[in-house]
Amino acid sequence: MVQTVTDAHPADPIAQRLRDLGFVSGEPVRLVARGPLGGDPLLIQIGSTRFALRKTEAARVDVSVDGVA
Amino acid sequence: MSAASMRIALVGNPNCGKTALFNQLTGGRQKVANYAGVTVERKEGRFIAPSGRTLHVLDLPGAYSFDATSPDEAITRDVCHGRYPGEAAPDLIVCVADATNLRLHLRFVLEVRRLGRPVVLALNMMDAARRRGMVIDVEGLSRRLGVPVVETIAIKRGGAQALIERIDAAIPEIVPTAVDNAGIEQLHAEVRSILAETVTLPRDTAAIDDAIDRWALHPVFGLLILATLMFFIFQAVFSWAQPVMDGIQAGITGLGAWVTGFLPGDSALHSLLNDGVFAGLGAVLVFLPQILILFLFILVLEESGYLPRAAFLLDKMMFRVGLTGRAFIPLLSSFACAIPGIMATRSIQDPRDRLTTILVAPLMTCSARLPVYTLLIAAFIPDRAVWGVFNLQGVVLFALYFAGIFSALGVAFVMKRLRKDKSEHALIMELPSYRLPNVRDIALGLWERALIFLKRVGGIILALTVLLWFLSTFPGAPEGATQPAIDYSIAGRLGRMLEYIFAPIGFNWQICVALVPGLAAREVAVAALGTVYAMSGSDDAVASQLGPLISHQWSLATALSLLAWYVFAPQCMSTLAVIRRETNSWRNVAVAAGYLFGLAYLASFATYQIARALS
Ligand SMILES: Nc1nc2c(ncn2[C@@H]2O[C@H](COP(=O)(O)OP(=O)(O)OP(=O)(O)O)[C@@H](O)[C@H]2O)c(=O)[nH]1
Ligand SMILES: [Mg+2]
Repeated sequence: MVQTVTDAHPADPIAQRLRDLGFVSGEPVRLVARGPLGGDPLLIQIGSTRFALRKTEAARVDVSVDGVA
Repeated sequence: MSAASMRIALVGNPNCGKTALFNQLTGGRQKVANYAGVTVERKEGRFIAPSGRTLHVLDLPGAYSFDATSPDEAITRDVCHGRYPGEAAPDLIVCVADATNLRLHLRFVLEVRRLGRPVVLALNMMDAARRRGMVIDVEGLSRRLGVPVVETIAIKRGGAQALIERIDAAIPEIVPTAVDNAGIEQLHAEVRSILAETVTLPRDTAAIDDAIDRWALHPVFGLLILATLMFFIFQAVFSWAQPVMDGIQAGITGLGAWVTGFLPGDSALHSLLNDGVFAGLGAVLVFLPQILILFLFILVLEESGYLPRAAFLLDKMMFRVGLTGRAFIPLLSSFACAIPGIMATRSIQDPRDRLTTILVAPLMTCSARLPVYTLLIAAFIPDRAVWGVFNLQGVVLFALYFAGIFSALGVAFVMKRLRKDKSEHALIMELPSYRLPNVRDIALGLWERALIFLKRVGGIILALTVLLWFLSTFPGAPEGATQPAIDYSIAGRLGRMLEYIFAPIGFNWQICVALVPGLAAREVAVAALGTVYAMSGSDDAVASQLGPLISHQWSLATALSLLAWYVFAPQCMSTLAVIRRETNSWRNVAVAAGYLFGLAYLASFATYQIARALS
């Protein structure tokens, strides 16, 4: 479950895009797969959509772990 | 707005089927493929509605939000806001949403609604939604959104009927609501509430996607599958095409002999047809089967949804050398041709990533290089099995493709080092559902490629070949000349001049002559070699004999050197022109041409000298 998305710097376009894509508080997310090299990028499922995010991008998203997440 | 015509824009998230719908409405043949960011330009078409009105339809690049982060999203934003140069805002926006992906797509629908312009929502991919057992209350959805909603299946004939009827009816009013000024959190809350009320879905994703991805994205098996797939493609291009190529070759030789049989053997027309047209064009035409096999694989991969997965697997590696996983698809398209590849880079948000991708795209082995590679490989590399299963010729071809790929990675890495600005850039890439390619669409796509190739052969390649024949025929040999006539011609002299520059890398004057028209299109070099050798040969060398001929006349070192040259050399004016258009800078063109020529010369020099030293 997403808690919040924090800007890495003021007016961070990547954080803005993540919020547009649905990374907003209370939204359930799931880690589906990891890339072969160093586990990067991450494949995140949100709603019915799968997004590949690099770790640095995913780091902007604070999540709380609950149950099957 | 006149009553007789209306302008409609197709807007929506990437990969929701806008272009498929556009093609369905207008009968167009714009490119449709299963990944985000296929359409990168605004495309126009029109059709006559049942009411007799002419409807102008705009297909736009997909966008996640009007808060654009890439050049293609900016086009969509500007058109919708009526800020696109020389164009008023559309009369009606058809917002397209993938019914299987509403959680994401409805938010953008709300954003489009906010524009306050007439909107119709097309719920596309209803076939896939039903297959997954989704139930959508269309009327409820329409009520909650305040816009008319119709169901469509863009890839089925007649699948846009409901949409056409709705567009043709009165233009819908738009009622402003509270969410129009809401912040992003409220917008998402609204989407959730609408979905809860109107949509039931058994599970979030298709079970089949999850099952395939467990293997396709597996850290070990995923990479293994990718490598096997690529290798299989190159083997297939080389071995499957052979029987058909032999057939075409025999046909051309027979036809040439039959046609020229009616002409006196020493006439100029006989020479033009035999040495120019049949020897030149025939040499290129035989490569049609190989090019089609390559495109068959590319089309199937594009439609399957596998390409973004490959990008996912390779992102980290590409990131290390200064590219991005997103560059994978433009670079893969460059195997067909660098021109669409370079255009596809518009879906890369970061301008630096985009420029790097554009500059290395010409290093990907485009299909026009295939004739050159195949000719040389068939002539110089023995056709035998290695390790029992592989064909040595196929392995060499694979190695040439890899030489291009590795040098692209190397060049990207150097550019990353040179660049001062090291701020972060994003990947954020959507992985679509897998789809079974439609046989009819693939067949049509191949047919189009065949036509394009034949047009090239009949157009630019024919023109240049005939021109080259003239240049190699005139001025004719003086009385009592001992050399073949071509030695006294303009082309012969030019070749001898260029030979000074190219002798250190092992090119003879015939190759030098062929390289010049080869700048217009790479395959022309093969046609030109056919003509030049036919002109200087004592007996008639027709298409089928070019291979055996050069294998006698050239050293292995020369052949390898020419292969190395073709891996790098920017032997294609159109590519340079596209780089100029897409980056809007002559400097980038100069950088690209300069580094490519430099690398080509160095690589050929090294290859030639080493091969000579070893033999
Ligand atoms: N099953 C099904 N597939 C569809 C339908 N409409 C489109 N597709 C497929 O969806 C994929 C994307 O279609 P496009 O028309 O290229 O999508 P687009 O919205 O133009 O994509 P971008 O140009 O990248 O924004 C292709 O693989 C199509 O074959 C549909 O109604 N049903
Ligand atoms: Mg499109």
